[in-house]
Amino acid sequence: MDYFLELFFSGLTRGSIYALIALGYTMVYGIIELINFAHGEIYMIGAFVGLTVAGILTSFGFPAASIMVMATMAAVVYAAAYGYTLEKIAYRPLRGAPRLSPLISAIGMSIFLQNYVMLSQTSDFLSFPSLTPEFGFLHKYSSMIGSSDFLIIVVAAVVMVALNLFIKFTRIGKAMRATAQNRKMAMLVGINVDQVISATFVIGSSLAAVGGVLIASHIGQINFFIGFIAGIKAFTAAVLGGIGSVPGAMLGGLLLGWTESFCTGYVSSDYEDVFAFALLVLILIFRPSGLLGKAPVQKV
Amino acid sequence: MKRSLLVLVAALMLTVGLIGCSGEKKDDAPAKKETSEKAAPVSAKTILLGVPGAHSGDLASYGLPTVEAAKLVVKAVNDAGGINGAQVVLSMQDDQCKPEFATNAAFKLVSDKATVVLGHICSGATKAALPIYKESNLVCMSPSATNPALTQSGDYPNFFRTIASDDAQAALASKFAMENLGLKNIAIIHDKGDYGKGFAEFAKKYVEESGSAKVALFEGVTPGAVDYSAVVQKIRASGADGVIFGGYHPEASKIVSQMRKKKMTVPFISDDGVKAKTFIDVAAAAAEGVYATGPRDITANPMYKVALEQYKASHEGEPGAFFFEAYSAAIALLKAIENSGSTDYDKIVEALRTHEVETPVGKIKFDSKGDAIGVGFSVYQVRNGEYVEVK
Repeated sequence: MDYFLELFFSGLTRGSIYALIALGYTMVYGIIELINFAHGEIYMIGAFVGLTVAGILTSFGFPAASIMVMATMAAVVYAAAYGYTLEKIAYRPLRGAPRLSPLISAIGMSIFLQNYVMLSQTSDFLSFPSLTPEFGFLHKYSSMIGSSDFLIIVVAAVVMVALNLFIKFTRIGKAMRATAQNRKMAMLVGINVDQVISATFVIGSSLAAVGGVLIASHIGQINFFIGFIAGIKAFTAAVLGGIGSVPGAMLGGLLLGWTESFCTGYVSSDYEDVFAFALLVLILIFRPSGLLGKAPVQKV
Repeated sequence: MKRSLLVLVAALMLTVGLIGCSGEKKDDAPAKKETSEKAAPVSAKTILLGVPGAHSGDLASYGLPTVEAAKLVVKAVNDAGGINGAQVVLSMQDDQCKPEFATNAAFKLVSDKATVVLGHICSGATKAALPIYKESNLVCMSPSATNPALTQSGDYPNFFRTIASDDAQAALASKFAMENLGLKNIAIIHDKGDYGKGFAEFAKKYVEESGSAKVALFEGVTPGAVDYSAVVQKIRASGADGVIFGGYHPEASKIVSQMRKKKMTVPFISDDGVKAKTFIDVAAAAAEGVYATGPRDITANPMYKVALEQYKASHEGEPGAFFFEAYSAAIALLKAIENSGSTDYDKIVEALRTHEVETPVGKIKFDSKGDAIGVGFSVYQVRNGEYVEVK
């Protein structure tokens, strides 16, 4: 039973990470039906900003907890700016173009950002300081769940609840839902669609940056390539849950995390990816639009 | 129309023929010149040292340093009066690391009556050429072919090498784990890559064969995955009292730091992919106490300095891959001829196995299978943020 719980929590940590990044994919897809392949790089940039800020603040002797908060905030601001700019220069000019063009533009941006960070920072792995404060009450369960796992799970849960409330009850959230339903109609009733799309990118990028700093602090290392695999996994999670659906991204992330964790624990970590993607294929066979996704209505 | 076509075809055929000819000439010319410098049938007064390897093509950077090393050693030997009064002559044969060219090179050396062979460079090419040398009783010594089977299969008693084989690290790591650390139940983890998995599989084999310890867990992890905590839980659940990891430092540092975070203090032993400064930088506090095997430090060796100075006197920059291994192999081969006082196959082999020689890679002789005793790996441990050799 202990072993099961250990794997459950390790899957929950991993799943929360996937879910945090997957939200960005799913929100952008929901609004403009674009798969933003550069999203993983935004996550990576968030982690790099976190590292820089943490390094500066550590040299001034701030306590770890406050460094964590400030590094995350800085990463959010920076990544949001990146997301905003990304949309403005790479996707907005292609708004009217065939769907393939922005997709290729996204892949181009992903490669550009990776190489930019590699050249301007370093291609080596860098050590990321552990910024999570030790939670005393977890000592009894330290073999099962560590402080940084706990922080990731809690932050992910809080962020997701907040995001749901935001989309449901705020003006801009309502505008987002309207734009997602029908962009032209939203425009006609006076919604500034460009602003809504920018806001979506900013929110998605911020969530990815939060994820970036949390994970970097959890595993203790970053380099310019971390966005790629995390991005692929998060994208898988988003598709699994039904791309375009916010609760779907969360469900998909957790499901993917648990699948990987349990199959590592009970079968073999050699087959971790095999099981993860077999699950994806299976779900797409029986529910082509993902678990919580809505099948697109064919207009005649 | 028809005639002009004919002329064109004829012209094309001619050009192709010319290209073929010139290409062949270019390839053969230096080799022929080198061998025919001295009287063609090798008399007692000359010793023919064959140097086959990748001298052109995409792997030339692995083969050319061996040519340089052979030239330097032979020049030094000849300047000093040769071996037992005989001058040494070189015969370069290009095999581009391709097995089919390697057999050609081998036939050429055999028909030229080479005394000894320094090469080949790649394991595949070496394996293709070895049966030919074996049939002709020719000693062959490679500076770079690390495939374990070449020596361990026992098929090639005429083969020697001055580099440690791939499994030597795993043997050292597992022996260290079982004998020095006294581990009984070892988890072996790898990164699913050729290098890491190869290391892990050899370690598994040695642990299982030892009889004193058993393999608690044998698994691969996905390089670059965001989190390894499930694997770490599995290591804990397997009850392992130590971990051997095959792979590179990014994965190693992730696994070690997650183990330490989950308060697992069992020893962590890895390979020379982890014996790097970056591992210590990235894993920080978790790196402390980690063991890793790595090549023995040869820079303090006086012969190493001699070889390096000889190279620097006539070349720009640093010597390339396997230069010191090749330099050592050339010395070992020529010394064996000198020590045995003959160019007879049996006597050379006997001398290689019994006489120790000073070389840049250390004081070496060869075991019955052909691996150099005295070259190889040492175990290092991270102490106070630095790798220190474990004596």
